[in-house]
Amino acid sequence: MKRAFPALLLALALGRVQAADTPFEFADAATEQRYHKLAAELRCLVCQNQSLADSHADLAQDLRDEVYRMLNEGRTDEEIVGFLVERYGDFVLYRPPVSGTTSLLWFGPLLLLLGAGVVWWRMGRARAPAAAPDPDEAAAIAALKRSRNEES
Amino acid sequence: MRFIVPLAIFIVLVVVLAVGLKLDPRYVPSPLIDKPAPEFTLTRLADPAAQVARQDLLGRPLLLNVWASWCSACRIEHPLLVELARREQVEIIGLNYKDTREDAAAWLKAHGDPYRDSIFDPEGKLGLDLGVYGVPETFVIDAAGVIRYKQVGPLTPEVWQQEIKPLLARLAQPRP
Amino acid sequence: MIPEIGLFLCVLALALAVVQVAFPTIGLWRRDAAWLAMARPAARAQFACLLAAFAVLVHAFLVNDFSLVYVAQNSNSALPWPYRVSATWGAHEGSLLLWALILAGWTLAVTLRDRELPGDIAGIVTAVMGLVSIAFLLFMLFTSNPFARELPAPPDGADLNPLLQDPGLIIHPPMLYMGYVGFAVPFAFAIAALVSGRLTPGWARWARPWALTAWLFLTLGIALGSWWAYYELGWGGWWFWDPVENASFMPWLLGTALIHSLAVTDKRGTFKSWTVLLAIGAFSLSLLGTFLVRSGVLTSVHAFATDPARGVFVLGILGVAVGGSLTLYAWRGPKVLAGGSYEPVSRETFLLANSLLLAVSTATILLGTIYPLVLDALGLGKISVGPPYFNLVFGLLMLPLALALGWGQFARWREDSLRRLWGQLRYAAGAALLLGVCAVFVLDGPTRITAAIGLALALWVALSTLVGVWQRCAGRASPLATLLAQPRGFVGQVLAHLGFAMTVAGVCLTGALSVDRHERMAPGDSVELGGYEFRFESLNEFTGPNFQADEALFLVTRNGRTVAELRPQKRFYKVRGMPMTEAGIDAGFTRDLYVSLGEPLEGRAWSVRLHYKAYIRWIWLGAVLMAAGGLIAATDRRYRIKATEPAAGVATQEA
Repeated sequence: MKRAFPALLLALALGRVQAADTPFEFADAATEQRYHKLAAELRCLVCQNQSLADSHADLAQDLRDEVYRMLNEGRTDEEIVGFLVERYGDFVLYRPPVSGTTSLLWFGPLLLLLGAGVVWWRMGRARAPAAAPDPDEAAAIAALKRSRNEES
Repeated sequence: MRFIVPLAIFIVLVVVLAVGLKLDPRYVPSPLIDKPAPEFTLTRLADPAAQVARQDLLGRPLLLNVWASWCSACRIEHPLLVELARREQVEIIGLNYKDTREDAAAWLKAHGDPYRDSIFDPEGKLGLDLGVYGVPETFVIDAAGVIRYKQVGPLTPEVWQQEIKPLLARLAQPRP
Repeated sequence: MIPEIGLFLCVLALALAVVQVAFPTIGLWRRDAAWLAMARPAARAQFACLLAAFAVLVHAFLVNDFSLVYVAQNSNSALPWPYRVSATWGAHEGSLLLWALILAGWTLAVTLRDRELPGDIAGIVTAVMGLVSIAFLLFMLFTSNPFARELPAPPDGADLNPLLQDPGLIIHPPMLYMGYVGFAVPFAFAIAALVSGRLTPGWARWARPWALTAWLFLTLGIALGSWWAYYELGWGGWWFWDPVENASFMPWLLGTALIHSLAVTDKRGTFKSWTVLLAIGAFSLSLLGTFLVRSGVLTSVHAFATDPARGVFVLGILGVAVGGSLTLYAWRGPKVLAGGSYEPVSRETFLLANSLLLAVSTATILLGTIYPLVLDALGLGKISVGPPYFNLVFGLLMLPLALALGWGQFARWREDSLRRLWGQLRYAAGAALLLGVCAVFVLDGPTRITAAIGLALALWVALSTLVGVWQRCAGRASPLATLLAQPRGFVGQVLAHLGFAMTVAGVCLTGALSVDRHERMAPGDSVELGGYEFRFESLNEFTGPNFQADEALFLVTRNGRTVAELRPQKRFYKVRGMPMTEAGIDAGFTRDLYVSLGEPLEGRAWSVRLHYKAYIRWIWLGAVLMAAGGLIAATDRRYRIKATEPAAGVATQEA
């Protein structure tokens, strides 16, 4: 709760209503594409979950300007991303880095899929004969089936 | 056996969510803790001709407080800063962030000036290098120019008593 | 005075919910049908009370009663009246009342049909739904009272959030809640099976239409949300993997698995444990979604104004409801839920693959959504998980699913052969492969390979569906009559699978073929995009009921002919002090032309975003088809069962 307070006040702190949304000019299509990809994958730090590309916040415009400036300086994508991570941490990346702490995140789905595959395989293979169904239940099922069409 | 797995997973999930209720999802911790403060060359707020650079921050532990005249939350912490500067002899350097000299000077006149000096950062360049994302923010920088603590949001008496005051005391002790 | 009546009605509803739980519980314990039967009138009365309470709240909005805190926070005298009505569910407290009302509505529907069930099962179902009602009514009354007063009343209200002042937002939440809450029915039914210790023969057959109906509402709700975000937020996006979006998508995925698994349990009596688990899981995820949205644990553009104290309450509900049901599952499952057999190649195997893939997808989305929270809780740092992760992982998981779909809907129950399947489907497979290969060459851009694969799979699903239709109807005396005479379950299936193919195709095409530009434009300027010319004709100002707007007129031409006039607006809502953008869109079956105003720049220039969105409507049309398929399937006559057996071991009254 102690930490929620500053967050609430941050919203107040950004008291300036003016927003920013300057279009950029690019030297070529490749740079423009790189810019769009970077702006979409970087997070606006002061917003409620928006990328740099979609945010109208002042800080987002500042960071967009930085990305644009660095692209024109000829920096690589890794350098630009590294610049921001140095200052703001991994939080600024919408594509989380692959590291020790995020290994479960990146490999978890694969493990889950393999696990599901194992389950699927074993359930489809040699099935032990099922427990004999309850005779009343079996009769009731048979009666239901007889009383209407079974197709599809 | 497999019937217990969903329950086990769920229990873990609930524990995580319960812990999560105490956290602030919007708080961004600083990666600059225990790293040297960035290099910069800017001017003083009071004097456009006077330059100030990183070396001016060295030599003694101090607070670097990021503020602006347009920031309403800064007004909340400002009386505390004024008092800290006066009573506790804390050295506070201000970083005037994305502001104009006139507005900033007027604001200080109206609310008091706890700063030994204020750095004028109209474009937010130093702010960017410090990872500032919302004013007010306060950094504790030690004598060697290494950032030791970052407070996001207004400084409160509790944070001062529990975090910053002891930290400054530790930093003030001479190293062997 | 009247709002206090509303509050009283809610308290009365709570008391009735208690009756709805207590009486059938006593009836089961004493094996007395009279007690059991009391559940029905209690449930119906509860619905009546909540409906009246809801009407009271709507009335308070319509007459601008700002002495109610909730009305003062979410309305304004200048707010147009349709939005004053929708403001009723626009924020936390009122939306909870809607939740409770819809739950009571579903319970009412169940009581109208539950004579088809054995008395004890019907009693447990009603009681379980009553327990959920109690939980939500307590939550509302203790922490989120929509009828709370503040006197003296403020002269006017704070207005509804401008983002919500839109027709799409009027029906999106009710649709979503119909879906979320609807899954409580199969949930209650699963609990009933576990508690009573037996899975009755008609269990799955009875549950299917309920699950299908809840599912179709959720499908529509999610599609509406996506469509709304597209036209309202101004950046042309339609899905962001935002935590709240994920919170609605997860129950949908498990709900899809549930409706398919119910089909297997119905037809073949197998997968019982899995189906029961899915029934518990779908509703559990609905509850989890409620928690995520209202507790402040995750940041989202969608989150309600949050309060950790409320979060604790909802977590409690979640813990008891889900923890309780999963404990019941762990304890009673092994005894109640065994049995069934099938061959390695059969429809069952494919449907099992479908279930498992959907479950893995759900788990993956859950993992990505709460992973930042987990790391933060463990003190391991702060990360973000966004679209790059989800698009990659979810996309990969959809590949085997789409593949299995084509085969699975074709395969025979219990036993089939790969040779027969291949014989029927090889042309469809070949055509899909051909399309994929062509697409790789025809498309360009970084996404062309993934788009090509997606398109191939979409065609595969569509063609295999059509082959199935053709098989049944071709060569008969009257193919059309044969088609119309097919069971609704089949027709629904066909529509829904075609809808799925359409959505997948739309996603791939819009990703690969859409283009956009962000330009500085002043009146008189012109930009070329996607073969069209967009000319900024003029800029006007006008005043709306509760906002001030700048409206631009854009003329869109192609080869000299006028195609559309677009009127994007930038609004400023005075009361809340919030800007909003309204995009100018020319909708089409194969493309949307989309213009939105950003910020004013110097002079009369504006920053403008222009989009050519290819095939984007296919995404939502596909969803509508899926929902239509669900509706048709849910009304299949074969799901009407007569009560064929008395309640096990319960003394009945004289007939």
